[in-house]
Amino acid sequence: MDYQKAGLRPHEYETIRRELGRDPNETELRIFGVMWSEHCSYKSSRPLLKLFPKEGPSVLKGVGENAGVVDAGEGWGLAFKVESHNHPSAVEPYQGAATGVGGIIRDILAMGARPIASLDGLFFGRPDSAKTRFLSNGIVKGVGGYGNCVGVPTVGGKTLYDERYEDNPLLNAFCIGLVASDSIVSSQTAEPGNLVVLLGSKTGRDGIGGAAFASAELGEDTKASRPQVQIGDPFVEKLLIEACLEALEKGLVTSMQDMGAAGITSPASEIAAKSGVGMILDLDRVPLREENMAAWEIALSESQERMLLIIRPENLDAVLSLGQKWDLDCAVIGKTVEGNRFILRKDGKIFADLPASLIGGGCPEINWPAERPKDLDLRQSFEFDPSGFSADLSKTLLSLLASPSLKEKTWITRQYDSMVQVNTVQGPGAPLSLVRIKENGNLVAIVMEALPWSCSLDPYRGGYETMARSLRPLWVAGAMHLGMTNCLNFPSPENPEQFWEFSEAVRGLADCCKDLSCPVVSGNVSLYNESAGRAILPTPLVCSVGILPASNFPLLPGKWKEGDLLFLAGIENASIPGSHFQSVLQGRLAGRPLPPSPEMETGFMERALQTARQRLASSAVPLLGGGLGIAIGKEAIASGVGAQIELELPTHPLALFFAEGGARALYAVPAAKVPEFIRTWTGFPFRMIGKVGGDSLCLPHSEPIPLQILSNVWKGA
Amino acid sequence: MNASVVVFPGSNCDRDVLHALGKIAGIPAAPVWHKDSVLPEGTDLVVLPGGFSYGDYLRCGAMAARSPIIRAVREHAPRGGLVLGICNGFQVLTEAGLLPGALLANSNLEFICSPCLLRVERSDTPFTNAYPEGALVQFPIAHHEGLYFLPKEELEKLEDNRQVVFRYAAANGEAGAAYSPNGSLNGIAGIVNLRGNVLGLMPHPERASEKLLGGTDGLGMWNSIKSWLEGGAR
Repeated sequence: MDYQKAGLRPHEYETIRRELGRDPNETELRIFGVMWSEHCSYKSSRPLLKLFPKEGPSVLKGVGENAGVVDAGEGWGLAFKVESHNHPSAVEPYQGAATGVGGIIRDILAMGARPIASLDGLFFGRPDSAKTRFLSNGIVKGVGGYGNCVGVPTVGGKTLYDERYEDNPLLNAFCIGLVASDSIVSSQTAEPGNLVVLLGSKTGRDGIGGAAFASAELGEDTKASRPQVQIGDPFVEKLLIEACLEALEKGLVTSMQDMGAAGITSPASEIAAKSGVGMILDLDRVPLREENMAAWEIALSESQERMLLIIRPENLDAVLSLGQKWDLDCAVIGKTVEGNRFILRKDGKIFADLPASLIGGGCPEINWPAERPKDLDLRQSFEFDPSGFSADLSKTLLSLLASPSLKEKTWITRQYDSMVQVNTVQGPGAPLSLVRIKENGNLVAIVMEALPWSCSLDPYRGGYETMARSLRPLWVAGAMHLGMTNCLNFPSPENPEQFWEFSEAVRGLADCCKDLSCPVVSGNVSLYNESAGRAILPTPLVCSVGILPASNFPLLPGKWKEGDLLFLAGIENASIPGSHFQSVLQGRLAGRPLPPSPEMETGFMERALQTARQRLASSAVPLLGGGLGIAIGKEAIASGVGAQIELELPTHPLALFFAEGGARALYAVPAAKVPEFIRTWTGFPFRMIGKVGGDSLCLPHSEPIPLQILSNVWKGA
Repeated sequence: MNASVVVFPGSNCDRDVLHALGKIAGIPAAPVWHKDSVLPEGTDLVVLPGGFSYGDYLRCGAMAARSPIIRAVREHAPRGGLVLGICNGFQVLTEAGLLPGALLANSNLEFICSPCLLRVERSDTPFTNAYPEGALVQFPIAHHEGLYFLPKEELEKLEDNRQVVFRYAAANGEAGAAYSPNGSLNGIAGIVNLRGNVLGLMPHPERASEKLLGGTDGLGMWNSIKSWLEGGAR
């Protein structure tokens, strides 16, 4: 077999030959082809990922395991990660999305954690195209179909429409799980003389080469790639979760890994390499659902709902009977030995004999050339032109509220069980999701954020703002951040301008994390999101996780009370470039988003946390997509009460109401709390902008909008 | 006073019901495995929880209705023991023939997760005696197959026998088919058997049992069961 057909580059093949001191055989070549693919090896992104700060007082287990774990208090840890399943979802939306959810849940399970909540990031093309309707329906049903059955609530997410996702929709799946801090599972704890057990579904030919498929541009004819998409069975995953957690609880497991990309080979070689042991696998002992599978097919099959357990021989009977109890296939497929060899045998023949660490860790990094895009100056040249918009702010507010990315997403969230496990304090549709931890009473706060429009104009500033915007909702609710995970969705790194955007966006994320002391505990990179020369927008997606002690009830949005005074905390001149106003209503992205300001972020964080802890407001929202105007509109709708907005207007009222970015929030403050609120925010820009009351929303010099109309427009009723 | 919560493969609300009964309502509750053929001694209430028993393969609840533990539930019910089926548990009860009717796919053919207003049609059952008759309560639903169906004549009989206990309703107290989120006939959300000791409902009272999670209307059901079992309401 030709190494190039296996997907290897010439210098990669040379590295393999040099390290082995011989030519790899066909099975080995296929293993390297998958394990050294972009998807598995992170060869193009590893140099950039080094920029992320990974340490912090809250980190119990950082990058390097399946998912990072942060301290949730009182002996409990939270394991979380976000991962892409973009290519499969583009080809076979239901199964692609479903197995994306299943895969991330197993990542969390592999840490020994019970998965407690999921979120999904959805990026679709033109809202009115038949293709988008087909893909978005399938993806949403896939996310729901899997999550609902497996019993992990989908408590929030992010949805954005832009034509740049028309051929390459994105599905990013996030999962978080709860684990006792002293029971975190590691892939570094296998010892020689352990047994390797495969628990879960039988192995078939599905998804072979899926990792390699995810590492190249999508072809024009996506149907041809369907065999590379896996098929999910959430019912088996549910059994697998319960069986693994029971095995862990009974102390039967020495080490454990999930099986995702690259099938058995990836977790098995990873455990061997990280634990410093050798491993011999007998592939004919793997329970199969198809006949005549070749050694490499068994080794690389991406059949879903399987876990690899490393156990001591004396625990075998107990593990087998657990498999029986949960009606799962359970087979010993090999053993760990002294040394460092990873050996695959079948029918008494050796098919692969490799140094374990070479398989997962040997792929040389690629330092792609980066080049500032030639059209960047053009992209960034901008002068705000309010012509074409009436002075009536209400009209603009209503058109933005009805826009696909900002309007109500009940058609999506209603299809997700957001409440199973009875912990959901704040479900979908809010700036953050809140999940109660029964074991210690604390609340976990989760925010998913992505700002591809800003990133396309200035990837550094866009990356920084994405990260900061993912933290602000935590602070506004009263939660302190513990850590973040990210999914870096970009087009091919082989194009120097695209690689420059990728690098700059990562630098922006990393600088913000450093400035605000937010450790990066896990992540995933998805490159080659383009087809036929059409690339997606640079889309770094971030999920930040925070914690709120049981004693502090969160300060939530949607709770305006008649008579409350409305305050804008933060600057008044935010950014039109990269905003919904610009992208949706003006139709052309241009300019530069706001430059980062760590001082403003820190100042905002301290005051927002204090405001929440001292309950100085009835209701609060950070300003997100659509800026102040959308925040006011959504608060009015959710609270079921109107408001009079009265303030001196600047030169560009549209910019005041619809510009985005920066550390800003809208607070509704009861009259009695106003003096204390003002004391708290002194030293930071803030101003009173109006009063809650009535059944209409009255914006300055604009036609009042009756609440009913506001709500109907937003709901598309 | 003891409750047993059946765990089928694919049940996913078993732990939620155990939490609501044990931690919130103070009704001692323990899980029971589907492969067991007897209920724990002293079981007063059996709960068949929500989820996707046996993956909902074949038909929702069809395989669970033929599991060993259901044989024990079949013996428990005629003795006057309480049986509560929630969501998938309701589907199991209809498949087992312990309750009439069938639950079909929602009329929009989509999974629906949403809070729902229900009108309590009877306050003389073991499960609802703490609610005033006609009370409006809010429980969430989360299902793909919740359209309650029964042929016309049998439906009339069901109504005549006052077997409908919960009906989808509007805030003004009106209830009926017009308010079914899922196309359920006559707005039926929950029914009892003739004797009144077996209740099946699609909405989830265990998800409406804590203020922190948005509502406590479900507590009335646990309190009803408690006072019934303690003898006060019999």
